[in-house]
Amino acid sequence: MTEARLMQGNEACAEGAIAAGVSFFGGYPITPSTEIAEGMAKMLPAIGGKFVQMEDEIASMGVVLGASLAGKKALTASSGPGISLKQELIGYAACAEIPVVIVNVQRVGPSTGQPTAPSQGDVMQARWGTHGDHPMIALSPWSVREAYDAAVMAVNYSERFRTPVILLMDEIIGHLREKVVLPEAKDIKIYPRRKPACSRAEGYQPYTPDKDLVPNVANFGEGYHIHVTGLIHDETGFPVGSPKITEEAIDRLHQKIEIARDEITHTEEYFMDDAEYAVIAFGGTARTAYEAVKNARAKGQKVGMVRLMTIWPFADKIVKALAAKVKGILVAELNYGQLVHEVERAVAGKCDVQLCAKYNMEIFEPQEIESGIDKLCAGGKD
Amino acid sequence: MERSYEKYFRQNRLPHLWCPGCGNGIAMKAIVQAIEKKGLSQDNTVIVSGIGCSSRASGYMDFDTLHTAHGRAIPFATGIKLANPELNVIVITGDGDCTAIGGNHFIHGCRRNIDLTVVLFNNNIYGMTGGQASPMTPLGKKATTAPYGSIDRTFDAARLAEAAGATYVARSTAYHVQHLTDMIVQGLDNQGFSFIEAMVQCPTAYGRKNKMGSAADMMKDMQESAVMKAAWDKLAADKKEHKFPIGVLYKEDGLDYATAYEAVIETAGGKNK
Amino acid sequence: MRKQLRLSGSGGQGVITAAIIFAEAAVKEGKEAVQSQSYGPEARGGASKSEVIIDDAPIYHPHVQQPDLVLALTQKAAEKYYGDLHEDGILVLDEDLVPEPPKFKNTIRIPITKLAVEQVGKSLFANIVALGALVRITGLVDFETIKSSVAKRVPPHTVEKNMQALQVGWDAAGKAVK
Repeated sequence: MTEARLMQGNEACAEGAIAAGVSFFGGYPITPSTEIAEGMAKMLPAIGGKFVQMEDEIASMGVVLGASLAGKKALTASSGPGISLKQELIGYAACAEIPVVIVNVQRVGPSTGQPTAPSQGDVMQARWGTHGDHPMIALSPWSVREAYDAAVMAVNYSERFRTPVILLMDEIIGHLREKVVLPEAKDIKIYPRRKPACSRAEGYQPYTPDKDLVPNVANFGEGYHIHVTGLIHDETGFPVGSPKITEEAIDRLHQKIEIARDEITHTEEYFMDDAEYAVIAFGGTARTAYEAVKNARAKGQKVGMVRLMTIWPFADKIVKALAAKVKGILVAELNYGQLVHEVERAVAGKCDVQLCAKYNMEIFEPQEIESGIDKLCAGGKD
Repeated sequence: MERSYEKYFRQNRLPHLWCPGCGNGIAMKAIVQAIEKKGLSQDNTVIVSGIGCSSRASGYMDFDTLHTAHGRAIPFATGIKLANPELNVIVITGDGDCTAIGGNHFIHGCRRNIDLTVVLFNNNIYGMTGGQASPMTPLGKKATTAPYGSIDRTFDAARLAEAAGATYVARSTAYHVQHLTDMIVQGLDNQGFSFIEAMVQCPTAYGRKNKMGSAADMMKDMQESAVMKAAWDKLAADKKEHKFPIGVLYKEDGLDYATAYEAVIETAGGKNK
Repeated sequence: MRKQLRLSGSGGQGVITAAIIFAEAAVKEGKEAVQSQSYGPEARGGASKSEVIIDDAPIYHPHVQQPDLVLALTQKAAEKYYGDLHEDGILVLDEDLVPEPPKFKNTIRIPITKLAVEQVGKSLFANIVALGALVRITGLVDFETIKSSVAKRVPPHTVEKNMQALQVGWDAAGKAVK
């Protein structure tokens, strides 16, 4: 264990990414994510890595994808309007299967919204922000230490699945400073860049899937002469206008994540042993939900909490099992109601689902979630 | 007879999809001849393109090739070059790709003086999608989105590149094949942002709409309109109408971005890590 | 032992930095600490507040719910941020910049900014003068710990002045409490 220190969420995210092997950052300053870019600008050259401030968020995505194709683990970070701009090339990364991590420190939207205020309003954007059918992995940390761990995990997943991963932070955690004890470097597991299994002469095809359905695409400059495109392509990497290949390509993009779904869906339970009701929360809001559930328990209410650390893929199985166990679920989220729709879908009418929403620039107070719990326990009646 | 440059093409990806008479093939061949002349290794050279007719070239060329999204070739190429400065990075783009949707990236690539060789295939039109106006469609010319003639003033991409900080700026045409190749060779020689505008004819989507005749007629127009830089500088203003200069239009010494960043690494104490 | 502090002033007075240093010192002493802030879009001039929670147990909800201490360096901040102060809590005010102190039982008035100007040389040091005072008033962290936390955070050439500022604040608080 390292020494305890006071650390900011954004700072932890930057350090975690570096610990996971990130050596390239391209970005554009935007509140409340800027500390990540600033941290990278300072730290990366000191380890021989590179930082570049681009002209906009689209270019920031392009530059990190280029660096990733040339063999570097790459990160970009932004918020609100910047994440909207990045969507085009997030889709490119999904289609061309380029490892990259995009940090979104969520702020109030839509549009310029409230630049300095916390929100969790980008849950659905993280999943469906770019056009077309594509899978998505999104992780949402609830502490500064977990921002570090989630950054490591995000980089590892992006490499393992060769897919864009969104680190869905919120301003609460991004700007929070708290005591952390970081892991020793030797205890951090790093997923290395996947390597081609054979040479060009042996018939190497960059997009031939491995056993886990993920292709071992060579880095540029390794002599493989590969072709990478955002057009739907076959195993050679070249575009094909065939219905069969198109269907297979889109199937594989989804299946490579789907077959690992249980393994990458991280959730935690608190006070759930004899719980008759549950609160579902994530990110910074889960800290307040925890406090509310603890207070409710003190009042004798049989309520627990399920915290989602993996937002996408959604924890269908866990929520379904939860619905069979409890009488009602309260979804507490700092938006107008987004994740609640996923919960309702997974619950499929098996128990009561209620929303505790807030979208006024301020974080929840525990009492607000406690009121939601009271209402939930009363079967929806005030 | 095998031509020496054929090894630079992916034979199994040919024939190309360009229309008969299109100038893109000439410009693409000029690029590989420049690569051959410079003796660049195929393993160590990356071709990056955007979206459009021109940008399909990357698929035919036997290197590591990257067909990016519309307008985004320069940011991707910047990432490749910075991540691995040992690679020679050549960007193939079109007039719409580079100066419309990718205009800001183009300007900032020039400003950073990142060591890329950018060849713009200027066919004055969006060819792939059937002939819509681009920022380089000349005033008065027709396009499907300018059916009464374009009133949008035209970008001079070469002057734009110079003003934005490119350290090598040149222009040539599909008619002047040897000259075009030479312009690209000099671009590859320059360690910094090199911009070469290659005028190419589009008889299908641009020429037909504007009654410019056959591909050969359009090339003849290029021959007549293009004036070597030295002669252009001496040409009287009233003689310049309907003509344009070709050759090396601008050149300066300047530190390229990846080299400049080496100093940042040195200052930050990250050397040899 | 949960303690909740709110440091407020106008943007640019350095209350966020002071809060960070306070939290850092608490961590150094093995305590749990969280620090958060809110500020308007304008980086300077608006009302600015920063909060620190110190505890022996893990801290979940990250914002102060009922402060045990509120520091206000401007009249506007005093009015805006003292309202939910615990009835046995302490209100610490800049004597000159909060000319009309809110009516509150335990109020300590210290000429923080004036001391920074007259005894340290610049109003820039007001936040560190305030920090020195808060350390004495709360007794939450050791004076030696805060010294080393300040030394770590500020530019090296200003360490001496900042140590002086801490001492000025510490002494002033001693006098004010008496």
